[in-house]
Amino acid sequence: MTPVSASAGPSGRVSGLVGGLTAILGAEAVITDPVRLRTYESDGLTYHRATPGVVVLPETAEQVAAVVRLCTRTGTPFVARGSGTGLSGGALPRADGVLIVTSRMRRIIEIDIGNRLSVVEPGVTNLAISEAARPYGYYYAPDPSSRQVCSIGGNVAENSGGAHCLKYGFTVNHVLAIEMVAPDGEIVELDAMDPGYDLLGAFIGSEGTLGIATKITVRLSRLPETVTTLLAAFVSVEAGGRAVSAIIGAGIVPAAIEMMDALAIEAAEAAVHCEYPAGAGAVLIVELDGPGAEVAHQFAEVERICRESGATELRVADDVAEREAIWRGRRSAFAAVGRISPAYLVQDGVVPRTALPEVLAGIERLSRRYGIRVANVFHAGDGNLHPLVLFDDAEEGAGERAERVSGEILDLCLEHGGSITGEHGVGVDKSRHMTKMFSPEDLDTMQLVRCAFDPANLSNPGKIFPTPRLCGEVPGVRKGVHPLVASGEAELF
Amino acid sequence: MALPPEEALAATGATVRAATPDDPDTRAAGLGRLTPRWVALPESTEQVSALMRAATEHDLAVVPAGGGSKLGWGPPPERCDLLLTTRRMDHVLEHAAGDLVARVEAGVRTEALAATLAAAGQELALDVPVEGATVGGTLATATAGPRRLRYGTARDLLIGITVVLADGTIARSGGKVVKNVAGYDLGKLFTGSLGTLGVITEATFRLHPLPAARAWITVTVPGPADLPDLAALAGSQTEPSAVEVDRPSAGGPLTLAALFEGVAAAGRAEAARALLGPAAVTGPEPPPWWGRAPGEEFLLELRVRPAGAVPALAAVSRAAREAGDLPVHLRGSAASAVLHLALPADAAPARAEAFVSALRSGLGAHGGRLVVWTAPADAAARLDRFGPSGAATLMRRVKERFDPDDRLSPGRLPASARPGPALEDPAPSGDRAPRGESVPAGHPAPPEGPGTQGEGERT
Repeated sequence: MTPVSASAGPSGRVSGLVGGLTAILGAEAVITDPVRLRTYESDGLTYHRATPGVVVLPETAEQVAAVVRLCTRTGTPFVARGSGTGLSGGALPRADGVLIVTSRMRRIIEIDIGNRLSVVEPGVTNLAISEAARPYGYYYAPDPSSRQVCSIGGNVAENSGGAHCLKYGFTVNHVLAIEMVAPDGEIVELDAMDPGYDLLGAFIGSEGTLGIATKITVRLSRLPETVTTLLAAFVSVEAGGRAVSAIIGAGIVPAAIEMMDALAIEAAEAAVHCEYPAGAGAVLIVELDGPGAEVAHQFAEVERICRESGATELRVADDVAEREAIWRGRRSAFAAVGRISPAYLVQDGVVPRTALPEVLAGIERLSRRYGIRVANVFHAGDGNLHPLVLFDDAEEGAGERAERVSGEILDLCLEHGGSITGEHGVGVDKSRHMTKMFSPEDLDTMQLVRCAFDPANLSNPGKIFPTPRLCGEVPGVRKGVHPLVASGEAELF
Repeated sequence: MALPPEEALAATGATVRAATPDDPDTRAAGLGRLTPRWVALPESTEQVSALMRAATEHDLAVVPAGGGSKLGWGPPPERCDLLLTTRRMDHVLEHAAGDLVARVEAGVRTEALAATLAAAGQELALDVPVEGATVGGTLATATAGPRRLRYGTARDLLIGITVVLADGTIARSGGKVVKNVAGYDLGKLFTGSLGTLGVITEATFRLHPLPAARAWITVTVPGPADLPDLAALAGSQTEPSAVEVDRPSAGGPLTLAALFEGVAAAGRAEAARALLGPAAVTGPEPPPWWGRAPGEEFLLELRVRPAGAVPALAAVSRAAREAGDLPVHLRGSAASAVLHLALPADAAPARAEAFVSALRSGLGAHGGRLVVWTAPADAAARLDRFGPSGAATLMRRVKERFDPDDRLSPGRLPASARPGPALEDPAPSGDRAPRGESVPAGHPAPPEGPGTQGEGERT
């Protein structure tokens, strides 16, 4: 597999911006040194790389706005980046653009328990919010596996989920207001209280293509009275899947239901010695939370269902340490496959929960056909798969086969009425799959939103959408033919 | 362009008929004094698309409608040639009970949907404040009820949407899986769009299991100062699904009621007595006013941050006093701080105006919003229906892209977000109006007020 890499070296246009950027931010916050630039050449999806033209480290919204205005005035693309943990290449920089890194914007401005909210800057980590709120008995609900390092700004861009979004929802369900720098350099407040179009909701998950969040007001949730975590071992993922269906069918919405197959268990064992039941074909983690009386009732139900579905072993965690022991294996799963495979691809497809058995069987068939091992770790409650496609990058052609397996898994998800991404975002990685999920009309309509926010297509261009497009004038009158259209590089929209 | 408009509309395959002044579809419809020329009753997304293409070709203004229960919400449209009602699109297309998902046509009544889902022990956990609402109308007005505290509002439960744009384009976003971040979420954009961006024709929702039991605890107190600690109640480990308040007169007593859902609901309601006091009453039935708007003809909605709820109660009383003891019936979600205010339909316009401006200026510090959903015509003429919004410029740009001819429900939007010739240059210049002042100076008034029936004749 050959890494995709844009040509390095700042173009003349970007180097011409350095003076202006330095005037806005000071020399110390503008990075042009090629060695230091390399730190930023990819996000968590290291397969896509590009050296940014220049990197800036603003500390205030006004600085972000000034940088964006400079970019807009000069027609320079800009890309926002938080902690760089994204898994779809959403923060892949541009060699001809400015990378705006929010790592110096990490103040927790306010913890307001009376209003059950916190106001934070975009570089604050997801977990830091929960830690700041914990002394008051509150936390921030969305919990991506990378929560210790991922930034809330990145969570907003990707509409991040996490294991507990089955019950509690995603970033978009927990953000009350955003101050953002629009692609024209204006600072705009989007607030859930505003009547009219839910622009706040449309902005969250737009992967940095509609502007840059500079201040985020998140909802804080009460820490639940009771949390019970149960680990159940099954002989196969099919048996575990039956238990999941029965739990949902019983009218129970657990906080989380996670599943790992034998290969994923093997990897986790090698990496963190999580001591999951030996020889299990699958383990299921079910977490219940809420008022004690409700949890006690649901726990009895879940336990009964697991036994009836053929669980070979049940373990129950009643305290924090035991719960962490159960989760350790699950949280380490992505990194852990590094122990059993030199290289891997991770997918993020979603299927309706009831289609899980069929889709998992399909993945197994693909795995056999291409001779590529696939470890399955997934959010079973909401049908979000994370197949880890394992290969040896030293082996001729293995990378291409892994890519093919990976792509066909997404096709399988779409055939069953699912989605190409549940929480990692489209980025550059999956933009080519967008046309399989959406019609040209659907994509054109989404472009209307982008054109409203970013008519010059400078805010994280090249992400999400498969074809570069230009926005027509408003209203309607078009003048001449754009050079990119004439050259066939873009379609006029 | 050969066909006259009525023939072009008929050629769409949809039922289209001439509207009459006392037409049941438009009479109660809150279109002001506006009577459309035609009423269309499409039965599919494709027919809606054909109707919109015909409307574009003949430059007809179109107002989408569902059950008509909230057509009077927001400013009346300035033009309406064609009223497009979705009430024949009333099928539940798919109820995947195992996936807790339902896909429905926009014209499905929320009561009918609830009955279908209940058969499988499930529900769309979205309360609607007025009777006769359809799914599409609920989305377009972004209405929600008491259980917003626990389940969020329509935008939180919507996972997929099909819309028809002004030019007839059919577009979908989202899907039928709950967890999905592929592409922009058009569903969010259309939630609260008041029929100005396109016609919602289908929606897919995440569902919840019906709770095993429900229980309420209710207490009546003399005034806001006597209310239990709302923050403590909302954050209590008894986990209420809703905390509502009802105050029939501005200076009078208040009733607070909280809902608990689940196997242990009754015990949790009882446990909440520690916060509500010994006078509180528990039981399996809600108080009679639960979940309904306190009025329909002159209805305001006040939104503040949670800690602003009690100060808002006082601000409402003060504003009512300042407006010459205007009778105000307040009811709504105390813990979520979304409160509905019903004014008398015959309130003197000047007093109503005084009330609204006193209340808005009283909100300043808490950064709340006051929306005037419905108002009698004479009072409406004096009221800013939506108040200022920091997002007005972006909303206007979205409207321009989706509906450049202002064909869909023209004039429904906040005035400051309406397309008009006085558009600012989107180029960055820093000379933009400051945030919060969303109405650009010199923005032209609408060409004419409501009742410009002759507009319909300009085909």
